[in-house]
Amino acid sequence: MTATARGVDAPGRAGIDARTLRTDRWWLPPAATTVGLLAFVVYGGVRAFQQQYFFADERYLTPFYSPCVSLGCAAEPGAAHFGMFLPDHPLIPYAALSLPFLLLFRLTCYYYRKAYYRSFWLSPAACAVPEPHAQYTGETRFPLIMQNAHRYFFYLAAVIALINTYDALLAFRHPTDGFVVGVGNLVLLVNVALLWGYTLSCHSCRHVMGGRLTHFSKHPVRYRLWTWVSRLNTRHMFFAWITLGTLVATDLYVMLVARGTITDLRIVG
Amino acid sequence: MTYTGRFRVWRGDADGGSLHDHEVEVNEGEVVLDILHRLQATQTPDLAVRWNCKAGKCGSCSAEIDGRPRLLCMTRMSVFAPDHVVTVTPLRTFPVVRDLVTDVSFNYAKAREVTAFTPPAGLAPGEYRMQQVDVERSQEFRKCIECFLCQDTCHVVRDHEENKESFAGPRYLLRVAELEMHPLDVADRVDAAQDEHGLGRCNITKCCTEVCPEGIKITDNALIPMKERVADRRYDPLAWLGRTISRRR
Ligand code: SF4
Ligand code: SF4
Ligand code: FES
Ligand code: FES
Repeated sequence: MTATARGVDAPGRAGIDARTLRTDRWWLPPAATTVGLLAFVVYGGVRAFQQQYFFADERYLTPFYSPCVSLGCAAEPGAAHFGMFLPDHPLIPYAALSLPFLLLFRLTCYYYRKAYYRSFWLSPAACAVPEPHAQYTGETRFPLIMQNAHRYFFYLAAVIALINTYDALLAFRHPTDGFVVGVGNLVLLVNVALLWGYTLSCHSCRHVMGGRLTHFSKHPVRYRLWTWVSRLNTRHMFFAWITLGTLVATDLYVMLVARGTITDLRIVG
Repeated sequence: MTYTGRFRVWRGDADGGSLHDHEVEVNEGEVVLDILHRLQATQTPDLAVRWNCKAGKCGSCSAEIDGRPRLLCMTRMSVFAPDHVVTVTPLRTFPVVRDLVTDVSFNYAKAREVTAFTPPAGLAPGEYRMQQVDVERSQEFRKCIECFLCQDTCHVVRDHEENKESFAGPRYLLRVAELEMHPLDVADRVDAAQDEHGLGRCNITKCCTEVCPEGIKITDNALIPMKERVADRRYDPLAWLGRTISRRR
C-alpha cells in the first residue's frame, strides 16, 4: 500500500495488498525496448556527429548523411547531390536538414510513443501493472500535445524517403566504371524498401489516404489506397524495429567499406 | 486428465477482504469459471461471481486471473501448469460489491454521455440504405460485448481514480468512433471526443487492445483514427485551410 491511496488502492476497490498479481515476466518487453532504443540512439548520435566514413566506393552514401548539405561534404566528392551550404561545424551534422525531422517523425510516431511511454515513462510498463506517477494527464498538455503534429513529420519523412531512394538508385553508377552492382547496392535497396514500408504504414498516412472519409463508396481510389495502407499499418511495429536494424546495418556497411575494413563485393561491373 | 488444482480467490467487500486458498478438482477441457462453480458447489456456497452465457458473449464474467483482466469463461485451465496456483480477483478499477462481483455503473454513466446515433432528418427507420464498404469499419466495433475488460485495464482510470470524471474509457471512445465513421450518422462528436470524453488522455499504449476478448483493434482502428480526426479539426492548419476553401466553393 502506498501512503496516499490511489489507483488500485483507491477507496471502494477490492483491497489487495499486491500492486500487481501478474506472474509472467511483464518487465521483459519494456526492458528490451529500452535497451533497443538506447542502443540505436547512441549509435545514431555517434555516427551523426562523426563526419567521417559516410561515402564509400565513390557512390554509396549512408542514410545518416543524406542529403549531405554541409560544406564539409566536399571532403567526399560526389556525396552531395543537393548542394553544400551549411557551415562545417562539429556540432552540425552533415545531414542537419533531414536528421532532426526523422528523429521527430519517430518520436511522434504512434508506435514509438507506445514504446517509450511504456518503457521509459512506465505509463504503464505493462498492462494492469500500476504506473508510478501520482498525476496523469496523457497527451492533453504541452509538451505532449505536440504529438498531434505527427502528420507534418510524416509529410517531411516521405520527402526524405524519396531522397533516400534517389541515393540508392544513384549508387548504381560509379563515376569511372559506369553501371555497377555491388553488395552495397542491395543493402541500400533493402534499407530503402523497408523505410518506405515504415513511412507508408504510418497511422497519419492511413488517415490522409482515406481514413478521414466517412463514405468510402464515394471515393473508390482513396478507399483502395486506404486498404493497402491499412494492410501495411498492421505491421507498423515490425517496420519500426526492422528499419532501426537496417539503418544501422546500412550505415555500418558503408562505414566499413569507406574505412577499408571490408571490400564491397561487385556482382555486376 | 483430472488433478487437484490450487487456487487463490479474493473474497470480501468494500470494507476489506483477502485471498483465500482452495484446492479444487480440475478436469480436462475446463475453464476457470467451471472451477469457481465447483468451488461454490463443494466448499464456498456463498461465493459471489457474475456470469451468464459461459460462451464469451455476454461479457458478465470479467475478472482478473493472475493479475490480468480476462473472461472467467474463456480462460482455459489448460494454459496453466497443474502445479501453478491460479489467483482470481475482481476487477480492480471498479468498486467491489462482494467477492468477484464489482459495480460497473461507471461504464453505464459514460455510455449515456455519448451523443446517440443521429440519422439524417426525414429518414425514417426502414429507409436506411448503406454501402457495405461504408459500414464495415463500424461493424468491427459492433462486436463489443461490453465486458469492460478494456475499461478495467486502461491505466488512465485504473491508476488514477480522479480521471474517471473526465475520461470515457476505451469502450466509449470506441463507441464515439463507431458513430463518427457510421455512413448514416450526421452528428458531430469530434470536439466532444477531446473535450468531454477525454481522448487526449489516452496515450495509445494499447492495453485495451491487448485484453479485448473480441479481438477488436481498439487502438489502431478507433482511438488513433479519432485522434487523427481531432488533429484535423484542432491541430492542423493545412486541414483547416482545405476545409475553409472547399466550403467557399
Ligand atoms: S490505448 Fe488508450 S484507451 Fe486503450 S488502454 Fe491505453 S490509454 Fe487506455
Ligand atoms: S471493446 Fe472489447 S474489451 Fe472493451 S468492453 Fe468491448 S468487448 Fe470488452
Ligand atoms: S510513423 Fe508511426 S504512426 Fe506515423
Ligand atoms: S459468462 Fe458470458 S462472457 Fe463469460
